Amino acid sequence: MQRYLTVMRLFWSTSLAAEMEYRTNFALAAVVSLGNMVGSVFALYLLFSTGYLPGGWKFEQAMLVLGFFTLMNAFANAVLRVNLSRIVQHVQDGTLDFILLKPIDSQFWLSTRNFSAWGLPNVAYGLIVLMWAGRALDLNVSQYAMAILPLVLGLIVLYSAWFTLGATSIWFVEVHNVTHVLHALLEAGRYPLTAYPVIYQFFFTFVVPVAFMTTVPAWVMMGEHAVTWVAGGAAFAFGAFVFSRIFWRFALRYYTSASS
Amino acid sequence: MLTMPVIECQQLSKRFRVGVKEPGFLKTVRHFFHRRYRNVDAVKDVCFAIDEGEFVGFLGPNGAGKTTTLKMLTGLIHPTAGSVRVVDHTPYQRRHEFLRQITLVMGQKQQLIWDLPAMDSLRINAAVYRVPDDQFKQRVDELSDMLNLEHLLHQPVRKLSLGERMKMELMAALLHQPRVLFLDEPTLGLDINAQAAVRAFLRQYNQRYNATVLMTSHYMADITALCKRVIVIHEGTLIHDGGLDELLERMAPHREVTIEFEREVTAERLAAFAEVESVNAESATLLVRRDELTRTLDRLLDELPVVDLTVTDPPVEKIIGQLFAGGSVSSPQVTSDT
Repeated sequence: MQRYLTVMRLFWSTSLAAEMEYRTNFALAAVVSLGNMVGSVFALYLLFSTGYLPGGWKFEQAMLVLGFFTLMNAFANAVLRVNLSRIVQHVQDGTLDFILLKPIDSQFWLSTRNFSAWGLPNVAYGLIVLMWAGRALDLNVSQYAMAILPLVLGLIVLYSAWFTLGATSIWFVEVHNVTHVLHALLEAGRYPLTAYPVIYQFFFTFVVPVAFMTTVPAWVMMGEHAVTWVAGGAAFAFGAFVFSRIFWRFALRYYTSASS
Repeated sequence: MLTMPVIECQQLSKRFRVGVKEPGFLKTVRHFFHRRYRNVDAVKDVCFAIDEGEFVGFLGPNGAGKTTTLKMLTGLIHPTAGSVRVVDHTPYQRRHEFLRQITLVMGQKQQLIWDLPAMDSLRINAAVYRVPDDQFKQRVDELSDMLNLEHLLHQPVRKLSLGERMKMELMAALLHQPRVLFLDEPTLGLDINAQAAVRAFLRQYNQRYNATVLMTSHYMADITALCKRVIVIHEGTLIHDGGLDELLERMAPHREVTIEFEREVTAERLAAFAEVESVNAESATLLVRRDELTRTLDRLLDELPVVDLTVTDPPVEKIIGQLFAGGSVSSPQVTSDT
């Protein structure tokens, strides 16, 4: 365990160092994320300005969801995208061989090798939105603290889904298109789940479980359905993570028996 | 004392299933809906054993099954049949204890981080292989001294020359002091000086640590400089396992006789003595069977206006080239000293 933490620290410090070689990229990322953020807030504002309450959500509550969505995006940009889109590259270039010959878990290596500073501005924006909405809703520190666990569970679900899709690049080299689809579907997490028709609610809870990433932490923060959803989220996260590991092992067995 | 071989494979075979597709649009559509497959035997019944400290050359033309064999030995792919043991492990289980004792260097692929100094990649490898700090320092000093890289450790990898980068790759691959080295074309694309430097390093490493090395290379100079023993495979089958000299003897039954004449001699006239390789006005090169060498030389000196005459072995490249071009391979005869 200690070794894995050391390796991850080295992974992330080296990839940050590599990225720092290109400073303007970081500044650009900050500006782009800010633009996205302002756009989302404006869209929500328009939606609510007529007095309409989608799914019974108030504007400030919907802003909580947006805050969690922004944090999720930060995680996706800082860790998921930069790592999991490279699995394809490793398969194509044959450099996956180097990773498989390292005495370290290959899923760990592929998932944590890179870290991108591009996601960091979104962490700041997400936190600002959460603070603002929390103040407007009069939330206290312990309510913030309670949201951490469901948020982490949501990120585990997201990671597992993304990694599983990335692992299919062992068979389908053009798999990066699939992650685009996934990313587009995640956009649904921008808005409160119950604002959608029931059939979509089902889809975004069980098929593409966006609900666990943004709506559930917001609910828990507001003290609604807390225990049920956290328990459900934990079960889902555990299942998804275990599945991603089993699936990777299965994919590797294919790789090692069929590749030349 | 009887010791266990470090690398041992028996009846090692690998069969791939590949899709068969004929050219043409309709055939492509048909292939899309209805796949037909055929089996390709990339490696067939290969047996050999390598002892601790041996430096063995692994030869064969492109597509002979070298890389497939190396991948089975390192555990990257499962054999279809047969058995393989390396440092007393079954490679494809890829146990960490096994992986810590081997390394694979691929001349055409790199593992170092492009934008950062090699030192950063080395630190990561040290953490992954659990090399303690003091040993890390000592090994980096030692290897960078052997490879003459001390001044380059802190430069971004992208700024290194191809030769420097290859040496750096070797350093990253050897930091954990593996017992077994699998080298796939380690000198590919390097200039003569860099090749010589890598060769000298490998020899020194092999001697200093008694490491076992299996190396493929298309540069015969690598093989002649480093390997007493060579394993040759062709179309997936082992066709030679033994000394490099024996291989040359067997594969090159001819010697090259270069002659200078007083005046021009025609090719037709020379053809009566031996196979003519080249004629150039007043000089010529003949290929003479070893068993007829003395008799032919006598005749040449007697019957032609010879000024000077030298007898040499054909260059190794040429022999190996002939070997892979087909010809001599048609009657495979396996010689094994294991």
